[in-house]
Amino acid sequence: MELSINETKVQVMAADDTPLLWVLRDHLGMTGTKFGCGMALCGACTVHLDGQPTRSCMMPISAVAGKKISTIEGIGATTAGQAVQDAWLALDVPQCGYCQSGQIMSAAALLKGNPKPSDADIDAAMTGNICRCGTYPRIRAAIKQAAGKLGAGK
Amino acid sequence: MSAVMKAGDESAGLSRREFLARVGALGGLVLIAGVAEVVKAQDAARYGADSMPHGWSDNPLAFIAIGEDGTVTIVVHRSEMGQGVRTGMPLIVADELEADWSKVRVTQAPADELKFGNQDTDGSRSTRHFFEPMRRCGAAARTMLEQAAAASWGVSVSEVQAVNHEVVHRKSGRKLGYGALARAAAQLPVPARESLRLKDPTRFRYIGKGKTHLADGRDIVAGKAQYGIDTRLEGMLYAVVARSPVLGGKVVRYDAAEALKIPGVVKVLQIQVSVPSAKFHPLNGVAVVAMDTWTAIKARNALKVQWDDGVHGSYDSKAYRAELEQAARKPGKVLREAGDVDGAMSKAAHKVEAEYYLPHLAHASMEPPAATARIVDGRCEVWAAVQAPQVTREDVAKHLGLSSENVTVHVTLLGGGFGRKSKPDFAIEAALLSQQLAGKPVKVTWTREDDVHNDYFHTVSVEHLQAGLDARGKPVAWLHRSAAPSIVSLFGPDPKHEAPFEQGMGLINMPYDVPNLRIENPEAVAHTRIGWFRSVSNVPHAFAVQSFVAELAAAAGRDHRDYLLELVGPPRLIDPTALKDGWNYSESPQRYPVDMGRLRRVIETVTREAGWGRKLAKGRGLGLAAHYSFVSYTAAVVEVAVGGKGELTIPRVDVAFDCGPQVNPDRIRSQLEGAVVMGVSLATLGEITFKNGRAEQDNFHQYQVTRIDAAPRQIKLHLLPASDWSVPLGGVGEPGLPPIAPALCNAIFAATGKRIRQLPIRDQLASG
Repeated sequence: MELSINETKVQVMAADDTPLLWVLRDHLGMTGTKFGCGMALCGACTVHLDGQPTRSCMMPISAVAGKKISTIEGIGATTAGQAVQDAWLALDVPQCGYCQSGQIMSAAALLKGNPKPSDADIDAAMTGNICRCGTYPRIRAAIKQAAGKLGAGK
Repeated sequence: MSAVMKAGDESAGLSRREFLARVGALGGLVLIAGVAEVVKAQDAARYGADSMPHGWSDNPLAFIAIGEDGTVTIVVHRSEMGQGVRTGMPLIVADELEADWSKVRVTQAPADELKFGNQDTDGSRSTRHFFEPMRRCGAAARTMLEQAAAASWGVSVSEVQAVNHEVVHRKSGRKLGYGALARAAAQLPVPARESLRLKDPTRFRYIGKGKTHLADGRDIVAGKAQYGIDTRLEGMLYAVVARSPVLGGKVVRYDAAEALKIPGVVKVLQIQVSVPSAKFHPLNGVAVVAMDTWTAIKARNALKVQWDDGVHGSYDSKAYRAELEQAARKPGKVLREAGDVDGAMSKAAHKVEAEYYLPHLAHASMEPPAATARIVDGRCEVWAAVQAPQVTREDVAKHLGLSSENVTVHVTLLGGGFGRKSKPDFAIEAALLSQQLAGKPVKVTWTREDDVHNDYFHTVSVEHLQAGLDARGKPVAWLHRSAAPSIVSLFGPDPKHEAPFEQGMGLINMPYDVPNLRIENPEAVAHTRIGWFRSVSNVPHAFAVQSFVAELAAAAGRDHRDYLLELVGPPRLIDPTALKDGWNYSESPQRYPVDMGRLRRVIETVTREAGWGRKLAKGRGLGLAAHYSFVSYTAAVVEVAVGGKGELTIPRVDVAFDCGPQVNPDRIRSQLEGAVVMGVSLATLGEITFKNGRAEQDNFHQYQVTRIDAAPRQIKLHLLPASDWSVPLGGVGEPGLPPIAPALCNAIFAATGKRIRQLPIRDQLASG
C-alpha cells in the first residue's frame, strides 16, 4: 500500500486493519507519534490527515490511502507548526515530553484554522490531548505566543 | 567527538561506600541480605545521600568528558521523567566547570551505581543529594584544566582562571580553550576533595538563574526524543502480555489456537514466576510475540486464558472500604501519644469528628511501561524507561541467572514515571521473553488497559480524626487513625501497618502543638500491588489533616488562616525524632529539623498573595492548606467557582513554596504547576475500584484524568528564596502535590458549605 507521509510517498505492507499509529512506529520507524491509549482518548498519537488533526491509533491504514498524512517529524516545515515548536521551546513547555508530539500537532492544526484562538477555542481544540505532567498552563501560553508571532508575521 | 578525558576510572573514593543496604530507598525495611551489619559497623547513623545504596560519587572521570573540539559531555545518572534532571544536574556541573552551556552535551548513564553512586530516581532526592557532589565534580575538572594551562605556560596555577570555556592567564592575557587543554588535563590526578575551591554563589552563571532551556527540548518538539517505548533493534520482535488480573494469580491453562492463526504472530510463550512475594517481579501471564505491536495486541486479545485467581480473587473496593472504616473506628496500634487524649476529649467544650476516604489511584504515565531486551553470548542488554536502573540491572540478572556484570541497562527518557517506573517488572518481562527466544531482541509494550489493570496502585485509606476543642475553639485533644495497606506488603509477609516511611509522611510527624494527642494505625491488609505514587502517603495524610483543621476552624467560628497559623505556632525548630519520626525523608534530624517558621512563612505568603479574605462573588470560595513533605514547605490557596448545578471550575491556584536554595527555578515552577494539575486530577476524578480482585477501570474513559479545560486557569507560584546557599536543599518533585486536594475541598466548603470527605469529588456537588 502506498502512503503519503510528510510529502513523501512510502510503501508499506501491513494488515488492512493496522492502525496508522503502528504503521508509523513499527513499520516505518517514525516513533515521534506516540501510543497512549489505543482508543482515541488521549491524543498522544495525533497526526494530520489532509490537514485535520486525527488520532492515528484508531485509524486503519486502509482508510488513509490517498490522503496526505503529516506527523510531528514533518510539522516543523509548516508555518504554524514551526511557530508552535518555537513557542514550545521558548516557554519550555514539556516536562516528560511524551504527550507533546500530540499536543503540538493539535495546536498546529488549531492555529492553521484559527490564527487568534480564544481560551474557549484552545479548550475545544486541546481537550482531547492529555498531559499527565500537567503542562496545560504552558501549553495555553505557548499557543497564545505562537498565535501572536503568526499574527505579527502577516 | 574524541573524548580524551575518559570516564572509567573507578578508583577515586567509591569503594568505601560500595555496600550500603537499600535502607533509604525502601524506608529501612528491605535489606540486602547480610549487609546490615556492615553498615552498622561502619556508621550507625547515615543520612541523605550517604544512606542510599552505593551512596554518591563526585568523581569527574565518571561524569565529565571533554573533547578536543571543546565539547563538554556531562553524564546524567538519574532518570529524566519530566522533573528536569537532565537539565538541572548538568547545569550544576557546567557552572562549576565554567563551561559554556552551548558547548555542553548531555548523555545518559547506564545502570552502574559503583561508578555513579545511587541512581534511584525517587523521593524528590536527585538534586537534594547530588547538588554538592556535582558541584565538586565540576570544580575538580575545572581545577584540572587550570593546572594543565598553568603547566603549559610555566606559571603558577594561582595566576590562571577558568572563564567561560577557556583558561586565562591574566598577567599575560594568554588563553587556552578547554578543547586544547583536554588531553593534558586528563593526564592529571583528580584533585583531593578537600582541596577543591567551589565558586562563590555570587558568581553562579546557571545555578539559580532558571534561564537554561531544556536539554531535550529540541528533540521533544521534533518527535526525536527516545523513550522506552521507542527502542528499535535489528530483528526485533514485539510482545504484548496477558497478565493475571489478580495479585498472585496463576495461569491454569491457555488456548492460543486463535491467536496463532493471526498472520504475523511468531510465538505464544508463558511467563511463569514462582516467588513468595510480588516485589518487582513480573506477573504470571501469557505473552504473544509478533512482527509488530498491533498484531501482538490483536493476538493477545484472542488468547483464551483460564486463571487461578488465588487468595485475592475476592478483593472488592466497597467491602474493603467498610473494613477500613470499621478498623479506623476502633483503637489501633499506637504510633505516638502525648498527654491524656481520652480525658481531655471527654472534658472538651466541643467535639469534632470526621472520616475521610481516599481511593486507589493509578499512575497512568502517558508512556505506558515498555522495555526491550536482547541476549548475546550470555550478556543481556536492556533498554527501558526505568526510575531505578541499578535495581533493574540486578533484578534482570537474578531472573536470567546471570551476574549483574553481564547485564547492561540503557536508560531511555521516561514518558512520565510518578513512581510507577521505579518497579522494573516490565523490563524483566522483556528479558525473560528474549531468553525464551534464544536471545532475540524483544520489545514488551503495555497497553493502557494493561497499565490500568496491573499498576502498583497508590494505597487506599480511611483517615479517622477526632478533636476536642476548648471554650476558645483551640484543640486540646487530637486523635488520628490512619488505616491504609502498606507498600511493604510487596516485599514479604504483609506487615498490615504503615511502615516508618509511610507514617513519616504527615501522620506521625503532625507538627502542631496539641497537648493531648494520639496517633494510631489500625491494621489494613493489602490485596493488590501497592506502590509509591508521587508524594505517597502524604496524599491521604495531608488531605485528612488539612481538611480537618479547616473543619475545626469552622466549628470554632474562626478564620481558617488565623486558626491554622495559631496551630503552627511561633517560629521554632522541631526535632523530628521528638515527633517519633525516625525517618525524616532519610535526612539528618539536626540538618533538617521541621522548621515551623518556614511553614508559617509559606502560609503567610500564599494567603497574602492570593488575597485571602477578599470579597468573592456568590458560589466562589478560597481554600487553604499547608504541608511539610520531602523536607520542603508548601502552602496552597485554591479559588473555586461552583455553579448552580454543581459545576466546578478553578479560576486560580496560588502556591507558596520553600525548598531552600533553588538550583533551577524554572523546573521548580514546572514541577509545582504539574503538581497542582495532578492534585486537581486526583481530587476531582481519580479512582481505581476493584471487584473480584480485578481493577474495574480499563482506560482513560473510566480512569479519568484532568484535561486542559478543567485545569486551573491561572497558577501563580511564589517561590521563597533561601537566605543563602548553605541552607540544605529540599525536595521539589513531590511536595507540591499534598496540599492541593485539601485546599480545593476547603475552597468548595467556603463556596458552598458542602464538606467533601471522600475523593474523588466527581459528581458530589451535583445534588447541592
